Amino acid sequence: MTGEINSAAIGREATADVIARILAGETQLFHELIKPVERAVFVMLFMLLRNETDAEDAAQEAFIKIYRNLKNFRGEAKFSTWVLTIARNEGLGWLRKRSSRPEEPLEPVLDESHGDFTPALLTDWREVPPEALERKELRDCLHHAVLSLPPIYREVVQLRDIDELDVQETADVLGITPGSVKVRLHRARIMLQKELVPVLKGFAPASRRGWFGRRG
Amino acid sequence: MKIDCKHVWQYISAYIDGDVDASLRAEIDRHLEHCEICSAILDSTRNVVVLMADDRVFEIPAGFSDRLHRRLDAVLAENLPDS
Repeated sequence: MTGEINSAAIGREATADVIARILAGETQLFHELIKPVERAVFVMLFMLLRNETDAEDAAQEAFIKIYRNLKNFRGEAKFSTWVLTIARNEGLGWLRKRSSRPEEPLEPVLDESHGDFTPALLTDWREVPPEALERKELRDCLHHAVLSLPPIYREVVQLRDIDELDVQETADVLGITPGSVKVRLHRARIMLQKELVPVLKGFAPASRRGWFGRRG
Repeated sequence: MKIDCKHVWQYISAYIDGDVDASLRAEIDRHLEHCEICSAILDSTRNVVVLMADDRVFEIPAGFSDRLHRRLDAVLAENLPDS
């Protein structure tokens, strides 16, 4: 959990300054400018396109658009929010292109009304520690669970829980209200809990309680 | 006001984010003290949220950054951003 995208290392004024210098001709600074948002842009496109190769190609296109449109960035928004909005539009464009190809069914981009928002019921929970993420099977389970969410829930999980944007920033990227962000995030987290509880149980460390209830 | 399990479930996400007011939080805490089901639901949901935030879950492909910056170099060399 680095929270890199929100890191204070490059503040708003510094960002505005770097952009001004790029526009004045120091174009190589663009490489530095985008470093903190590269990962978030890739993840955004991977979430939308669900395919690494397409996500990488779309990310490159998005960064080229970001460069070409740099003069349109207004300091009112955070740079990362603006970047993610462009990346999302790029991804939605790719989805539209794909949907015109008959071999790939159109995935509904909006699906607010359906879903089961009741959590999995259980009576105790053994914590799965972050170290367990060294195991590829666990990472695959988490991938599968997120990618199986309907798109409107998937993108809220991505921005809030993976990129760790705040509610307002998430609302800005998605063009929805902060209230909708909270509702969707709640539903998404419950759906993930329901899907993942049976799976995650297998990744909890074995109980260290030995015979006679003594800690082994 | 005494709250039941279903009521608690509605606030799980807000509770995790610290986005419930003090009186509701106290009410939920009182419920959690004696309800092992809601406690386990809360713990498991929080566990999922913590795991998802780990950078190891979604890794960018090897060489992604190099390929991106190489492609950008070509664009940067040719044009200034549109003005």
